[in-house]
Amino acid sequence: MTNSFNEFARAKMFMVIGSNMTEAHSVAATYVKNAVAKGARLIVVDPRRHALADHADLHVPLRVGSDIAFLNSVVQVLIEEKLYDQGFVASCTVGFEDLKEKVQAYPPETAAAICGLDADLIREVARRISAVKPMMLCYTLGITEHTCGRNNVLAVANLQMLLGNMGVACGGVNPLRGQNNVQGACDMGALPNVFPGYQPVINPEAREKFATAWGVDRLPDQNGLMIPQMMEGLVDKSVRAFYIFGENLANTEPDIRKVEHELASAEFLVCQDIFPNETTRFAHVVLPAAAWSENEGTFTNSERRVSRVRTASPAPGLARPNWWIFREIARRLGHEWASDSAQAIWDNEIAVLAPQFGGIQYGRLDGDGLQWPCPDEAHPGTCFLHKDGDFTCGLGVFTPVDWTPPAEQPCEDYPLVLSTGRRLAHYHTRTQTGRCDGMNDILGEETVDMSPHDAAGLAIAQGETVRVRSRRGAVCAKARVTDRVPRGMVWMAFHFREANANWLTNPVFDPVTMTAEYKACAVRVEKV
Amino acid sequence: MSEKQETLIMNGQSLAFRTGQTLLEVAEAHGIPIPTLCHLKGTSPTGACRVCVVEVEGARTLLPACSTPAAAHMVVQTESRRVVAARRTILELLLASGNHNCAVPSEENGDWTEFQLRVQAADQTDDLCPAWGDCKLQELAYAYQARSDRYPRTAKAGLPPELANPMIVRDFSRCILCGRCVQACNEVQVNRAISYGYRGADSKIVAAGDRPLADSDCVFCGECIQACPVGALVEKKARYTWRPWKDHKIRTTCPYCGVGCQQWLHVQDGRIVKVSGVEDAEPNRGRLCVKGRFGYDFIYSEERLKTPLIREGDDFREASWEEALDLVATRFKAVMDTHGPDAIAGVSCARSINEDSYQMQKLFRAAIGTNNIDHCART
Repeated sequence: MTNSFNEFARAKMFMVIGSNMTEAHSVAATYVKNAVAKGARLIVVDPRRHALADHADLHVPLRVGSDIAFLNSVVQVLIEEKLYDQGFVASCTVGFEDLKEKVQAYPPETAAAICGLDADLIREVARRISAVKPMMLCYTLGITEHTCGRNNVLAVANLQMLLGNMGVACGGVNPLRGQNNVQGACDMGALPNVFPGYQPVINPEAREKFATAWGVDRLPDQNGLMIPQMMEGLVDKSVRAFYIFGENLANTEPDIRKVEHELASAEFLVCQDIFPNETTRFAHVVLPAAAWSENEGTFTNSERRVSRVRTASPAPGLARPNWWIFREIARRLGHEWASDSAQAIWDNEIAVLAPQFGGIQYGRLDGDGLQWPCPDEAHPGTCFLHKDGDFTCGLGVFTPVDWTPPAEQPCEDYPLVLSTGRRLAHYHTRTQTGRCDGMNDILGEETVDMSPHDAAGLAIAQGETVRVRSRRGAVCAKARVTDRVPRGMVWMAFHFREANANWLTNPVFDPVTMTAEYKACAVRVEKV
Repeated sequence: MSEKQETLIMNGQSLAFRTGQTLLEVAEAHGIPIPTLCHLKGTSPTGACRVCVVEVEGARTLLPACSTPAAAHMVVQTESRRVVAARRTILELLLASGNHNCAVPSEENGDWTEFQLRVQAADQTDDLCPAWGDCKLQELAYAYQARSDRYPRTAKAGLPPELANPMIVRDFSRCILCGRCVQACNEVQVNRAISYGYRGADSKIVAAGDRPLADSDCVFCGECIQACPVGALVEKKARYTWRPWKDHKIRTTCPYCGVGCQQWLHVQDGRIVKVSGVEDAEPNRGRLCVKGRFGYDFIYSEERLKTPLIREGDDFREASWEEALDLVATRFKAVMDTHGPDAIAGVSCARSINEDSYQMQKLFRAAIGTNNIDHCART
């Protein structure tokens, strides 16, 4: 997030796109609702009329995967009607003419047909979001989990730069991150192209710096593989050994049959986890790890806030902290690492090697933590980025993008679009929440959420068990007929193994980010 | 709001305030304690409980500090004889209104034991109230020497607890109708699941037209429990397990979504028995969701992995760390030697701590020699 949660309650206007915030980030949603109660304006852009839309001034029920057409069209109206921030565009950005030219192809009438909206609704959105400044834009996986996910993000950024909503409190581009420490895992360089602190592995100076710090002669100079490439490598044998730490890939990746075939192809698979799960079934070695509240450490949240995690009770049996396990393997590969606690790793390595964290030390994290960038020990941390239009690369760059449809379109055999996501009472594959007393009483099984219109057309009654079938598989679950889901859409989550949406989802990926298109595939619903 | 500075006299001191502040806010700003029960910071004052009454010169009656705006030259007494007597009466009426068996004894009246036994039978426990030791009413009753037998007990004491819900036990027999839960639900979390129902002596906090929470719009965030000053709303998992005098609080960060809420882990005998939100902390200011508040006990599951395992045919056998780690290193070395380091790939964990991800990418880059390290960054 460029901005922070404590700005939500003070914000004057929000656009929330592709984010079922009340379920996936419920505490963040409370601040949006507080702001609305005090008079803030809220526009929810989402195919589903989810609970946050109940608080919105406008709900824009666009068709799944039509985000770029919608956003480009809003931009087209803003430029056409001169409603954008001309001062900001002139002084803080480059590429405006390219953007202007690109969006000429997206007048509201054209976009409306792609998005399944009224052209006037698109105009209305453009006029409303430019009437109040700043506008805070929040998004989640409804933007990224598409074959055009990267372009969706660029379209969002284009909009906020055009409106001059960057570098100000209560504005910005704010992706709410799904996992507690997904921001941190990125920051730490658990990515194939960057060292900790986003220092590129292809940069020789960065390599030299880390090689010196880590006491090695050289470090690999080519970007590595991303998860889907790794898994395909298991089948074609370009990857021989695979190490999975704390991920239940057999349930979370699209097309479970394909994924399990890939996992079964691994010559040597190591799983490090806190529970046996569907993925550990394929392992050759399973390593028992300490869990949350069983060791000291830090998490970094969506707003870049590094907060402490502390020990409440001992890990069971022989389970050990993950950092200890990695250190022991490194030792066996001939590398002795000095840091022997999470604090030593942070204070003596991370803070030293990554400039953004230079001023963050455990000794400063006792209260509310610190938000990076925090370059030195006198720095108070950074609430919002790009202050005064100062972007990381100098000026903000408009990157015009074209709309592309989801890879799989509804057809005669599979006439509905399946979209997926999370539900409130469970988390991912339920390895944790499924083992907490009471959670399964709140939500004990998956449902097939569908519109009254589609249910009536198929003579499906509320609560009736139905089968959902895609080109990849089929699952059975009870129908949950709800007018929150639009015509032509089916919505499911991936919390329960038997009715996991990932038996159905399409293993196609954004060409740059390799993010899977979890949000759109073609299915049909059958009576059982 | 105007930032104009004015002054008033409170307990003989001249105090500055901003117009728009309530007497309670002025007192708090200057470190003068005024007791409250119904007041929930950050929400609109309801003036429901009257415990915060103060004496204002010239006013006909005592005025609730939480909802009385401060005015220039006001002369206020926060603990006068009249105020203390009024608070004691209010507390005694509240004590008589329900199953407040926190052992405020009665000397003249012999029915204490009978009352206590009846309450314990209703609660199916030998213990005192589940909020004992963490109850605002109990605390104030002691502070103001309120007696539990001054007034006859009202009928509400006979209402049974609602045990049917997941996570939350509602005990109407202990509800003092302060309305903090209603404020928490409607104004803080804005879930709009509960409200006031009925009138007068029949008044009750209701969900979905007086049905169990499970049948209402309740999302079990438990904000109402955190707001409840008495034992009317209690965590089902912590009820009669958590005892505040055994409690050791540890601050940590929630393990679920990317908001990063700050939690208090209430630890007893080495186990987390309850979780609450850290008030006034960023980013959540005391708020939690159902997962953050109630999703902690998975760590104590008997299904936890407790020892390294090595595959043997279709099954696994238990192994020592030495054996398992030696095997991993040996197999990795063999792959590195035969196929090169890029034939090894790893996926890190977006749920675990920063230091773990740092360490894993360091293992892959520095010890194995590949950049094949990723995690679910974009999903």
